[in-house]
Order: sequence, then structure tokens, then C-alpha cells
Amino acid sequence: MDATILGLLLLDALQNGVVYGLLALALVLVFAVTRVILVPIGELMMFAPLSLVWLQSGRFPGTLGLALALGLLWALRERGRGRALPLLGGAGLLLLFLLARGVAPLAYLAALLLVVYLGVATYRVFFQPMREATVLALLIMAVGLHVAYQGLGLVFFGPEQFRPDPLLQGEVTVGLSWQGVLVLAFALVSVLGLYLFFRRALFGKALLAAAENRLGARLCGIRPEEAGMVAFAIASLMAALSGLLLAPLINAAYFMGFMLGLKGFVAAILGGLLSYPVAFLGALLVAVFESFTSFYASAYKDALAFLLLVPALFYQSLRAKGVEE
Amino acid sequence: MRRYLWFALLLLPFALSPFPFYLTLLNFFALSGLVALSLYVLTGLGGMTSFAQAAFMGVAAYATALLAKGTGLSPWAGLLLGLLLTLAFALVLGLLTVRLKGHFLPLSTIAWQVALYILAGNLVGLTGGHTGLTDLPALVLFGLPLDTPFRYAFLSLFLLVLLVLALHNLRESRLGRALLALRGDALTAASFGVDPAALRLKAFLLAGGIAGLAGFLYAHFLRFVNPTPFSLEASIKYLVMAVAGGVGTIPGVLLGAALFTGLEDWLKDLLPLLLGRQGNYETVAYGLVLAGILLFAPQGLWPLLARRFIWGRGPKEAAPGEGEPPKAEPLPLRAPSGGRGEVVLEAKELRKAFGGLLAVNGVSFALRRGEILALIGPNGAGKSTTFHLVTGALRPEAGRVFLFGREVTGLPPYRVHRLGLGRTFQHPHVFPEMTVLENAALATYARTRAGFLRVLFGLHREEEARALATAWEALRRVGLGDLALERADRLTAGQQRLLELARLLASGAEVLLLDEPGAGLRAGEKRELARLLLALAREGYSVLLVDHDMDLVMGLADRVVVMNYGEKIAEGTPEEVQKDPRVRAAYLGEVEAA
Amino acid sequence: MKRWLTVGLFLALPVLAQGALKVGVVVSATGPAASLGIPERNTLLLVEELLKRTGGVAGRPVQFILLDDASDTTQAVRNTRRLVEEGVVAVIGTTTTPASLGMIPVVAEAKVPMISLAASKDIIYPVDAQRYWVFKTPQTEELMARAIVADMAARGVKTVGYIGFNDAYGEGWARFFEAEARAKGIQVVASERYNRTDTSVTGQVLRILARRPEAVLIGASGTPAVLPQRTLKERGYGGLLYQTHGVANPDFLRVGGKDVEDTLLPAGPILVAEQLPGSFPSKRVALDYIQRYEARHGIGSYSTFGAHAWDAWLILKPALERALRKADPEKDLAAFRAALRDEIEATRGLVATHGVFSFSKEDHLGLRFEDAAVMVQVEGGRWKLIRTFR
Repeated sequence: MDATILGLLLLDALQNGVVYGLLALALVLVFAVTRVILVPIGELMMFAPLSLVWLQSGRFPGTLGLALALGLLWALRERGRGRALPLLGGAGLLLLFLLARGVAPLAYLAALLLVVYLGVATYRVFFQPMREATVLALLIMAVGLHVAYQGLGLVFFGPEQFRPDPLLQGEVTVGLSWQGVLVLAFALVSVLGLYLFFRRALFGKALLAAAENRLGARLCGIRPEEAGMVAFAIASLMAALSGLLLAPLINAAYFMGFMLGLKGFVAAILGGLLSYPVAFLGALLVAVFESFTSFYASAYKDALAFLLLVPALFYQSLRAKGVEE
Repeated sequence: MRRYLWFALLLLPFALSPFPFYLTLLNFFALSGLVALSLYVLTGLGGMTSFAQAAFMGVAAYATALLAKGTGLSPWAGLLLGLLLTLAFALVLGLLTVRLKGHFLPLSTIAWQVALYILAGNLVGLTGGHTGLTDLPALVLFGLPLDTPFRYAFLSLFLLVLLVLALHNLRESRLGRALLALRGDALTAASFGVDPAALRLKAFLLAGGIAGLAGFLYAHFLRFVNPTPFSLEASIKYLVMAVAGGVGTIPGVLLGAALFTGLEDWLKDLLPLLLGRQGNYETVAYGLVLAGILLFAPQGLWPLLARRFIWGRGPKEAAPGEGEPPKAEPLPLRAPSGGRGEVVLEAKELRKAFGGLLAVNGVSFALRRGEILALIGPNGAGKSTTFHLVTGALRPEAGRVFLFGREVTGLPPYRVHRLGLGRTFQHPHVFPEMTVLENAALATYARTRAGFLRVLFGLHREEEARALATAWEALRRVGLGDLALERADRLTAGQQRLLELARLLASGAEVLLLDEPGAGLRAGEKRELARLLLALAREGYSVLLVDHDMDLVMGLADRVVVMNYGEKIAEGTPEEVQKDPRVRAAYLGEVEAA
Repeated sequence: MKRWLTVGLFLALPVLAQGALKVGVVVSATGPAASLGIPERNTLLLVEELLKRTGGVAGRPVQFILLDDASDTTQAVRNTRRLVEEGVVAVIGTTTTPASLGMIPVVAEAKVPMISLAASKDIIYPVDAQRYWVFKTPQTEELMARAIVADMAARGVKTVGYIGFNDAYGEGWARFFEAEARAKGIQVVASERYNRTDTSVTGQVLRILARRPEAVLIGASGTPAVLPQRTLKERGYGGLLYQTHGVANPDFLRVGGKDVEDTLLPAGPILVAEQLPGSFPSKRVALDYIQRYEARHGIGSYSTFGAHAWDAWLILKPALERALRKADPEKDLAAFRAALRDEIEATRGLVATHGVFSFSKEDHLGLRFEDAAVMVQVEGGRWKLIRTFR
């Protein structure tokens, strides 16, 4: 273990940690507003680059069909003017996909908006009707959706990996590519953006209010359903962007999302599912553990990474006020 | 009794014997059912979500496999070793895990689960790694080898039914009530003598042991172990079964186990017919079925089905007592003895600060036997905090509390309760899933003794009958006798208050601390409450109450203590206090002192 | 209810009259082994179509009952029990080693012959009372490891680093490769593991680099095998890079791109069928399979794993024909299954896509190293045959 190796390991940890951190932020956001532990976030993350690859090769990805189908179910659940959003959204999405076959850069936008639409429709169709259920029931629903979406991922995209072209080529320094820098920059922007959104923007504060106290929020004119949709939209956006930026570095496949989501979840829990900065730091901690254990005892790296969390959990639990659920 | 109908499950192997494959499925159902039952205990009763049940299965499965391969001992020895190891693991994990609050608990179970799975896969010399251990021996019972699914089904189903009966016993016992209470509101449970950490740990051990049994049976059914069936995915599957079927009920978790065990194969039959054989739609269908079930039945399938088809009214399991009071002797209700006027509860110079806020500052008072003492003051005066300090929910920074002359400062609530003090809360903390009778019976927890083993084997019946009789008595005393078998959430606010009072009586507490007993009551209900409290005081109970309704307080209390800004500002009879200028200033403001 | 469904199945499929031969198939069409299992399943579906056109085996229609085990042992065992109960004459499958091992006691107890599509030698060795019923078509890790080590020795390699999957495949490879390497005097200086789902192997690669091996072997399969190779290249590794035959599919080349140029790997001869010398026994049969598979699924779509399933059928078909002359499954299924097993074991000199199969009482793999393995190198984004062992 010399300085170079240490440096490379830390750099590796930083790059991984940032991804876990982004997922952690999205998970905390969704949980805070809707009490849903968004297990399928890994699938949403992978759907974006996989759909992009399909689109770039001139085909319509199956995820488009999924999104439109869910959009239709969403529209059916709404009444009157509420139907405008899903229907217009779906139509717009379809249009975008058609245009993207001619205009190459639009493909990125199309893949991104596809996942955002899918995320919001998922909330509206599956989670919103269950909003009074227990956290455990919501978790099991999320598990069911994860299984279904992962299965659909296999059906739509096959079992192998794909590698879209990176947006930026080349290496900054040994161990860090320009694409990697892009990912880091995105993470920074996200953290700052979320911070500003929740601390400064009125709507952001409204979202937090809806999370703390549904009745109170409604009395102030904030609709919990709207809050839920926005939370899912932001989370899907973050997942999709992360996926699009990462895919050139890691090779996207239908099965790669779950582990990433799980590690993000671990980080989120370290933040008590409440605190964004702690969740992000937790993610970096997880990544550091992982990086070093993969150097010293690669066969056991996951086991060690999880086990090393237990003291951290213990410590957090002692400190936390603890919302009993 | 209805519960023995479960033995009808043992007829299934005969019914299914023309279809050998369904016999295999039957065994898988029984094994999944066992794990689902462990989740009933842990999650349904105890409110703890565990992602590690498959790991416990794995510990026992590997234990019996290694023992069978390494030594010539009978496979039944593997059961012993397996259970011992599983319980040992559960103890270690449990000690660490059950103290974790909220979401940290499930996450730590994920950590153990993943860690054990990886160890199983990588300690190749010990466990055979991912390729696993093959050629395990079959179990032999009374000379008959259980090497066919038909024979094995009898064993697995028999054990399943035994466990179902044992868990019925658990549900209808002091432990079942205590677990449900703990899950709903740990503080209230503690105020009736439940030691939260200890009880949770025992539930964790029981659940781990049940999963270990399932692992042992699994190993000798397949006669092959490798890490895959003991992975995180497997744990999630069992959780899915339990929750989708209805984790709060025994039939629910078994329904979930049956449904999802069969589902995989039904989908294999159905989907190729519908969608062709080229695609892989089973997982998609599985996920969608699960999502569908939860959309229409968020509490699980069983409660939904039971409501529709079986009971027509509210869903509930066989109610204890079934309508008439049990014939047993109530537990001796310690009639308050000792001289009137003797000091039963004393607080001296209590002090508590929250950060910079001094909530209680040097408060002292004494409560005498047979007396009703009222603690009043404007909002924020520190009354509830004082209550918490006296009952043990909070520790004071300074000052002391004495109960019957014994110092109880800083003792946890369940210990204080066992010494004879009971309290109610600002909002009635009744447990909605239990009946009124069960709520009241919860209070006898500290006065009964049966532990897990006695309960599971059904040896607690006599004590249970007495506990229920005590609860009935208490309910009748407060006038709720007719409502005993109703679910507690159907009571009005006033009735819930009375239930809280009944609980206190059933608990045998002599010193009653009532936090805003009049809140939310109508006038008539308040009058009734006052009558009851006066009657209790005449019998020798001592009451300390906090309330805002001046008419109620002044008409009821023998003496009054007034607090403001954390300090005691006046003490005396109601008339004295009403005239005290400091009290008037506190309530009405400084300006006009009449 | 299941009976009703089975009857329904019978009525729904057009071919089925009395006398259909039922062949059970278990593959991992979903889950981690999907990239191997899907071509296997596609191949057997191809066989089924072929049989429908040609009228079956010895005039009797053949019905394949295909079940997916999702790369999970318990599922595989359940599926096997079910197939056996449905009266199949033989079971083909499954894709992964642990699941195949789990199936062995079931087929042994039911006395049904099984042809596995999984890698490990443990599946068919030693041929004891249970493995009496079990055969397999893919080359063992031992055989392929022999090819790699032979190539390494020929190039004068003395030190090797290993990084492989943290599952049965990677574990099996580590075991057999290290044994073979040691036997030939090559030292394994590092042995790392990673997961298929991992997004980074920096730590493991740094560890390997610190030992400066002359060659690195990656024990993985499918596109996830690209990650360590790319990381090694990025970290400036200049030595020889070997992969296992688990990467012998077109997606590996697609995802690997320039990073996998010059990779060395052992493979079944079918991977480079057109480049084989004419004297290579399996050339013609291999080309035939490739042509059939590509006609159905597109140019460049075939994989060496699907070919294992084809080989299983190539063995099973004549064995069925011979067994049908000796016994009748309708009259005595048990006797037929036993006869079929004997006929499978009696296979001698059967030319298939991956080599020439000759089973015997002690050898239920039946492949000779010389015919069943070649060394291939990735050149210009294509597979190039560089060495045979004949």
C-alpha cells in the first residue's frame, strides 16, 4: 500500500460514493414525502441509458410501451382536467421519440423524460392509492415493482450489458476520466440544488411540510398527491441523469441497478432517512469501506462493507430520536 | 375448539398423492409457512421487520449438513445443533439489533443477511462454497426413512400445525398482548411493566429458532444445501409472503406462503400458454401479482377475504372468553391498605431542563393515601413533564421521587409500575387491534409470570383465565362490561378514558396518575368520571391528576398544586388556591389582581 | 387442477397424439446465468421446430417441456421433480453448476437420465450410483484450464494473477486453474473476486498489479467480464490477458470494443468454426448448427452455449432411436428410461459441435482435450483461431 495506490483507491471511492450518494438523496427525498422506500430506483436508473442505446440504434425501446401503458392507467384514475397531464405527457413523449430518430441529441432528452414520466406514473398508479398503508406494506409494494421492472428489463433489453458513448472522452488524470468529472460535477450540482430547493424555494418547503404533517399541509393548501408526484419526478430525474452519465463508465445492464440502489439505501439509512448531508456522507463512507475491502479481501468485500455498518448503525440509533415505525 | 381444525392440513398428503409433484410443493409450502410464521411473531406481533430469516434458516441447514457429513450421528442431532447455533446467532444479533430504533433495525438485518450469505459462499473448505454440500442423509422416524415427499410432508405439516397452535397460545397470552402493545406504543407498554428490550429480544430469538427449524427441515428434504436459498432474495420472498397474505394474522401468513409457493408454478404453466415460450415473463407476472394484491388489500389478502366471506362483521380471531366472563378467580386486586393520610408518593425538588429551557424547577409535592391531588397550571407550565419525571419516562437532573417510601428516582417506567404506580396519557393510548378486554388484560402483565416456553406449550391457561377474570372485573367496575369484546377503536373518547382507568385498576396499581382524564369528554361523561374517581378515592386509591377543566378539578380534588413556568406557585385546597393572587396572575395576567 | 392444465396443454399443441416422447428441459433463462441459458433455450426450441417438420424421432412426435429455473437451485430441483412426475424420458439441463448438482439426487432417485449443460467436473465425476444417470456436454473447467495453461506454458509465462466471479463459476475456475497451473510450474500470485453486479474493481486490480504477474486470467462470463479487463488496461497493465470460454459470445466483443483486443481465451471449436482446418472433426456439424441458429435469430447471434444444447440433442436423438427398439415408454417407462440411459452411455465417436463424444462407464463427459478445445485471440474485433491442440 503506497501513496499511489491509496490515492487511486480514494479516487475510486469518491466516484462510487458519489453515485451511491445521488441514489441516497433520491431515496431520502421520496421517503420523506411519501414514506415509500423506492426499491425500483435501480431499475429506473438503468432504463435511461438502455432506452438511449435502443433509440440510438433506431428502435423503440420496450420501456416506452411500459411508460405509455402506465400513463394510460394513470389517466384512467384521474378525473376531468386531471387527465390532461398524463395524456399530454404521453403524447409529448411519443412525439419526442419520433423526433429523436432524426435529431440525435434529442435521444438523451427522450430517454430522460421517459424515465421521469415512468416514475411519476408509477407513483400515481401504484403508490398513491396506498398512501394510508404502513411503511412495510409500501416497501413490499416497492419490492413487487422492482421484481416486475427488472423482469421487464430482461424482456426489453436482454441479459447483456451495453455501453453508450461517453459525453466526454479521455482522462483528466490517472484514475479519473472526464466523464467521471462530469459525474462528480453533477453530484455537486444536485446536492446544492436540493439544498436550495428545500431551504429556499417555497415549493420545496411545501414538500417538506407535506412530509411532516399531511393534514397540516393540506390545511395550508398543499396537496399531498402533488407533493408525491413532484418527489417521484425529482427522484426519477436524478436516477435517470445518474444512469445516463454513468453508463459509459460502468456498462449498463438490466440487473445492475439493484445493488447500486441497495448501497444508496444503506447510505440513506445512515442519514436516518431524514438528513441529506448525512446520507451523502454515509454514501461516501460506504464507498470508502468498499474500496479498501476490495483491495484487501475482495471475496468478502460486500460482507465486510455491510458488517462495518453495524457499529455505525448502532451509533446513529443511539443518537436518533427515533420515529418508531 | 376451532383451532384444532388446523390438523386437517395433515389430510392433504393423502389428497395430493396422485400428483407427486404437488407433494413436493406441499413440502415447500410447509417450510415457507414456518418461516412466514416466524415473521408473524417478529413483524406481525412485535413490529420488527427482519430481512434475515433466510440467514437463520441457513445457519441451521449448514449446521445439520456439516454434522451429518462430518460425523455419523443421527440427523436428528443436527436439529439440536442447528437450533442451538441459530439461537446463539439470534442472541448475538438480537442483543445488537433490537435496541436499534425505527429503520435501523431492518437495515442491520440486511447487513447480517448479506454477510452470512457471502461467508457461506466463500468459506469453501467449510461449506463447499457456492457448489454446496450434497448427499445429505434422509431423516428416519421410528425406523421409517422420510425420503419421499409424501412421507416428508407429514413431518413438515405436523410441525407446522404444532407451531400454529403454539403461536395461537402466544397470541392469547400476556406475551401476545405485550408484543402488540410494544409494537403500537412502547411507552404505554412499559408503563404496564413490559421491559421493551428484553421482550423484543425474546421475540427475535423465537423467530430465529422457528426459521432455524425450517432450515433443518429444508436441508433434509432437498438433501442438498448451497447458499442460494439463504440469500437476501430469499428473505425478501418470505417477507413478501407474510405481508401479502396479512402479516398480522396466522391464517394470513400461511395464506401468503401457500399462494406464493404455488404461484411460481402456476405462472410456469399459464404464461407460456398465454404469451408463448420465447420470453421470460414469470418474474414480471410475479411482481405484478404482488403489486395487485397490495393495491387492493394493503393489509394483506387474509383480512380482506375474512371480511368479505367469513365474518361479515369485523375481522378478528377467536375472541378470548367468547362472550361470558371466565369462571376463574380474579387475581387478588390489592385493596389499598394502610392508613389514610399516609404519604404514598412524594416528589422533592424535581428539576428538568431541555437544552436551554427549564421545564421543571424545584417542584415538590406529596400525595396521601385516599387523596385526590390535582396539578394545574397554564399551558407549558411543566405539568406533563412532571408526570414523566415521576413515572420514570424521563430522568430528572436533580430531585428525588419516593413511592411508598422507596426511592424510585430515575427508574425505568416498567419498574416504577411494578411498585404500584400506574398512569394514563394525554391522548388515550388504547391499542386498536385488541379488544377492550385484551386492552384491560394487558395491565395484568406485571402480575403474571408465564414465560415464552410455558405459553407456547399452553401451560399458562390457568393464569391466563385469572388475568382475564381480573380484566372483566375491572371493566365492570368502570361500567364497560358490556363492551368487553368490542375492538378498542370502536369506543368513544369517554369510553376510552374509562378503559384506561380500568387498565389501571386491573394492574393493581394503588397510585393513579391521570393526565387530562377529562379531555375530549362530554359533560355527562365527565360527571361519571368524577363519580368513579371519588368512589375509588374512598376505597383507598390515591389519585394525582392533571387537567384544564376547572369545574372538574375543583369539584374533585382534595388539594391542588399550581405550577407556572416550571415552578410550584401555590398549594392548598381548591378554595384557597382559587383565591391566591399569584394563581390568578398566572392564569389571567398580571394587571388586574382582584 | 394441474391435470386439467396438462390436458389443456396437450390439446393446445397441435402435434400431440398418443405416443409423444416427452423430453424435459431446465435452463436458466432468467437470473445471472441468463446470457447462457437463453441461447440454450432458443436452441432447443429450434430443435422442436425441426422435429415438427421432420415428424419426430422414429416416427414418434417429441414434446419438449421447457422450464426456467431463474439460476436458482431450489427452482431447478422443483422443476426436475415436476418433469420427472410428468413422465419425461430424459432431462436436459441445467445451465449452472450448483443447480445441476441439486438436480442429481432427484434424477437418480427417479432413475431418469440427465444431460447437464453446466461446466463443473463435479457433475459427472466420479461416476457413482447417482452420477450413473448423469451426463454432460460442455467442456469442464478442468479441460479448458488445461488449454489455457498449455498456451501459457508455450509462451513462457511463469506468474499469473486471477480475478473471477464470486460464485460457483468463478470459484470452480479458480480451483481447477490453480491446480493445473501449479502442476505445470506456473505460480498464481493473486486470486481476487468480484460480483457480476459490481461497477468497479479498482481495488482488486490494484492488488493484482502490485504483484506484477506476467499474465492475468479473468474467471467470468458474459459482458461483466469486460470490467476487470478494461480496468487493467486503464491502470496500464501490459501483460497477457486471458479470459475463459464464458465470454465466447458476440456481446462481449461489442461491449469490450478496443479494450478486449488481443484477449486470449480457450473455446469450443465452434466459436471459430469457419477458421478450423478441414480435418477438424466437428467443423461440419458446427457450421450446420451456426447456419440454422443464424437463420432463425440473425447473423452473428449464435453462441457456444446454445451449441451445448444442440450437442445434447445430437447425443440424445440416436440414443432415443436405439432405445425405442429395445423398450416402449408407453408400456414401461422405467424400463425405457433405463434403456435410454444405457444407450446414451453407449455413445461412441459422435461428432458434435464442440468435439467428438465417446462416453464410457467412467467417463460421462466423453470429450477429448485435443478435439474439444482451441485457443482463440480477439483480433480486429473478431475471434481468431490461433492454436489447436491436435
